[in-house]
Amino acid sequence: MYRLTGVTKNYRTGRGVVAALRGVDLVIADGEWLAIQGPTGHGKSTLLQLLGGLDQPSSGSIELGHHDLAAMRETQLTQVRARLIGFIFQTFNLMPTLSAQENVETALVPLGVPAAERRARAARALETVGLSERARHLPSELSGGQQQRVAIARALVKDPAVLLADEPTGNLDEGTRDEITGLLEQLWRERGLTLVIVTHDSAVARRAQSTRILAEGRLSAGRSPARCDPGI
Amino acid sequence: MFWTYLRRELRRRIRQAVFIALGLALGIGLVITVTAAANGVKAAQGTVLHALYGVGTDITVTTVAAKGSGGPSAFTVGGGLARTVPRNGTYFSRSLLTSSAAGLGTVSSASVTSISNLPHVSAAAGALALTDLEVSGTIQGSAKSGGSSINTNSFSVLGAGVSAGRVGTLSSSKLTSGRTFAGSDAKSDVALLDANYAAQNKLRPGATVSVGDSSGSTTSFKVIGVVQAPPGATPADVFIPLARAQALGAAPAGSASLTNKVNTIYVAATSAAQIGSVQREISKLLPAATVTTAGDLANEVTGSLASTASLANDLGKWLAIAVLIAAFLLASLLTMAAVARRVREFGTLKALGWRSRRIVGQVMGESVAIGIIGGAAGVGLGYAGSALVAKVAPVQKATVGQALGSANPGGPIRASVLKSVSQSTVHTVSVHITAPVTVSVIALAVLLAVAGGLLSGAFGGWRAARLRPAAALGRLE
Repeated sequence: MYRLTGVTKNYRTGRGVVAALRGVDLVIADGEWLAIQGPTGHGKSTLLQLLGGLDQPSSGSIELGHHDLAAMRETQLTQVRARLIGFIFQTFNLMPTLSAQENVETALVPLGVPAAERRARAARALETVGLSERARHLPSELSGGQQQRVAIARALVKDPAVLLADEPTGNLDEGTRDEITGLLEQLWRERGLTLVIVTHDSAVARRAQSTRILAEGRLSAGRSPARCDPGI
Repeated sequence: MFWTYLRRELRRRIRQAVFIALGLALGIGLVITVTAAANGVKAAQGTVLHALYGVGTDITVTTVAAKGSGGPSAFTVGGGLARTVPRNGTYFSRSLLTSSAAGLGTVSSASVTSISNLPHVSAAAGALALTDLEVSGTIQGSAKSGGSSINTNSFSVLGAGVSAGRVGTLSSSKLTSGRTFAGSDAKSDVALLDANYAAQNKLRPGATVSVGDSSGSTTSFKVIGVVQAPPGATPADVFIPLARAQALGAAPAGSASLTNKVNTIYVAATSAAQIGSVQREISKLLPAATVTTAGDLANEVTGSLASTASLANDLGKWLAIAVLIAAFLLASLLTMAAVARRVREFGTLKALGWRSRRIVGQVMGESVAIGIIGGAAGVGLGYAGSALVAKVAPVQKATVGQALGSANPGGPIRASVLKSVSQSTVHTVSVHITAPVTVSVIALAVLLAVAGGLLSGAFGGWRAARLRPAAALGRLE
């Protein structure tokens, strides 16, 4: 479970200080699917970065289970990310020189998984997202939707507790958007992981269990969980 | 994953990798070529120096002849008092073995023993450089006018220790026929001939050669062998046992005889590091002596060889260093630029849980791989460069020594006679430059290649390590 208390994040720029987040309080239950909506430039991605331990708040606390991400050193955050958190990015962020399978394997490298087991798990992850036949293809040889599937496989191959997705359908066409959103929903249901999606697309946000609105660095209530999944 | 990622990444930026590798190859190749050329020049200098006083000799000890010590240059004709005027038509032939023409003073043979006993001296041997002056002719015309028809001939004689071993000029000569001196020859009338002298005079082992003495008479020496000096050397024409040279040679004015005298001492130190201290000890032992090391002599080498040495050591070395530094800088800058282009990639890896040191290791691995490729190419370039130097380098000339002039023979021998037999010790030798590539030079190249890779990788890795994941991923919305 995530518990954010009084989280602020300020950035220093040439013109002064920009407050990206202002006193955010948030609780995300285990297994919850939360969509965070809001206008561009109002702190959504900043919030996602803090949830993922990619950055640290200027003040406040961010608890993930018994870990206070705000108080951790970078090496500790790296270990938390390696074990517990999967990321999906708008621009897919695949390694251009590695094949689909090798890209998925990169998520297992920090865990010290032996090479043979890495290959096997990566193959299974690609099968889960329906891309077994593309295992040896480079990202440049895959469509946008296929690349995002590889990215999803990479995020899930280590069985994380949390999946953080930043505009996962932002670069995809409508049809593919629905495809990817459907895949995420399916995986969320099957694995019971905590899923947080940042999106400005209402069609995507509607499918989430709950939504919150982030505007000018402040979080306001959106839609509460409308249905209660017995698994959560 | 490490090797796969490394291989793929180098393939992706193959042009940049080749560019960096070529830059490193050029720098390393230049270092190898210049080092090999410098080694070749050093070897050539060594050849020149060894030709002068033998392989294994580190120090030579000589003294300058005292003023007025030249002579005796007078000898009688027809017997009787020295001032008796010979009759017309009198034929005379005199052969004088003198130390004066060598222009060197003498020291006691005991000094050789004293020097041998100094610390860090592994061997010492004395020699007596003499000149056999033969004057012959028929007295003609008025005795008062002194008209005469006189022929002169001379050859150089070196009295050498029969057991000199690894020091001295004989140590660098090669026996081409017959045998060399044995211990039992110490007091024998046996001689070794220089190959050129033997060829010119059609002498071979078994023949005899006449050597003068202090009274103008001659002694027949049996030729036991012929020796070939190394290229560039100017050895004596005839080598005889030191004891015989001391017994026969005419002492300079002011000295009773040459018994137990030498005018050159060759010394070998136990190691190159001890040469300086041995030189100082000998100078203390013989304050009046000139103690010259190979290094001192090397400084006296002039001519194109010296210029080439200076070129290789100074300009060549600094040029190679400058090119290498430029190559390292270029490699570092390009690696940092490559890291900058991969900010998102490294940020993603950090987001996936990759530690900074793993990412830095990846960057450094790529750089070292490029460095090793550049090093291998550099070794090839170095070999090619060295071969080219050896092939196209013109024959170098080395000049060592100075003209005689310190001794003043004086005496009644006419200046014209003396001039024909005076000697100069200026040696100009020709040497071919090689550029040997040794194992140590290749090891240096490998070291430079790895260092270049590590240096450029360190810069790039430092940049990669400093990336914060969020900053690396940039603004995501």
